[in-house]
Amino acid sequence: MNWMEYVNAFWVGGAICAVCQVFIDKTKLTPARILVSLVVLGVILQGVGVYQPVVDYAGAGATVPLLGFGYSLAKGVAKAVGESGLLGVFTGGVTGAAGGIAAAIVFGCLFALIAKPKSKS
Amino acid sequence: MRMKLDKQQYQQLLEQKSPNSPLWKDCLKAFLFGGAICTVGEGVSNFWQSRGMDTADAAAATAITMVFLGALLTCLHLYDKLAKHAGAGTIVPITGFANAIVSPAMEFKSEGLVLGLGAKLFAIAGPVLVYGISASVIYGLVLLFMGGGGAA
Repeated sequence: MNWMEYVNAFWVGGAICAVCQVFIDKTKLTPARILVSLVVLGVILQGVGVYQPVVDYAGAGATVPLLGFGYSLAKGVAKAVGESGLLGVFTGGVTGAAGGIAAAIVFGCLFALIAKPKSKS
Repeated sequence: MRMKLDKQQYQQLLEQKSPNSPLWKDCLKAFLFGGAICTVGEGVSNFWQSRGMDTADAAAATAITMVFLGALLTCLHLYDKLAKHAGAGTIVPITGFANAIVSPAMEFKSEGLVLGLGAKLFAIAGPVLVYGISASVIYGLVLLFMGGGGAA
């Protein structure tokens, strides 16, 4: 029973990565562009109502790929607009993704500080 | 180190080092590594839920945990080694986002804490946030004009 959710997370997450690999190999898309595209695509997919069912089915398989970052931005906005209208348009997205953003900045800074410089190989 | 190679060895080496590995092989590796990272994420999510978080809170805590792990592995120079094999499998998950933040910051640390580390931290995170947040604001405006958003 429980292990099925791991299987679903594995194959959905893996499939998203495999599709992106095709784009990296077959187009001139750099990793940076892939990441930006995925976040924007995540917002759009959640906006048109496609992504929530994927999240319900695959759990971390849908939220761990960067599409999930766009998903939490869009989800946050929808909630905030419902609660506080125009103000929510501006506060919702960052609120929804606040944990990931703050973690990325703080841990990024911390680990960059303590990292040893790479030895030339 | 200087190596002496005959033609056959050279050909082998060339094939080994050649960046044009077959597409299906790249995709398979991206699938396996990406799937594995997401499976770890599912485990982390279950851990937080077992500590009494609801699904939404657990998802946020999972994102934070995965960012932590990605940043840690980058700091130890392990993530880049993994990325050589996994391609999109390590770029696409949020651990890859953490990697894209720590890597340039590490590299440019020597140029100072403000314009080196501080600025380069956002080399890739910056564009991601710019377009991600802009997209969310546009989506918010659409919701507002269509009559008020949902409780989602």
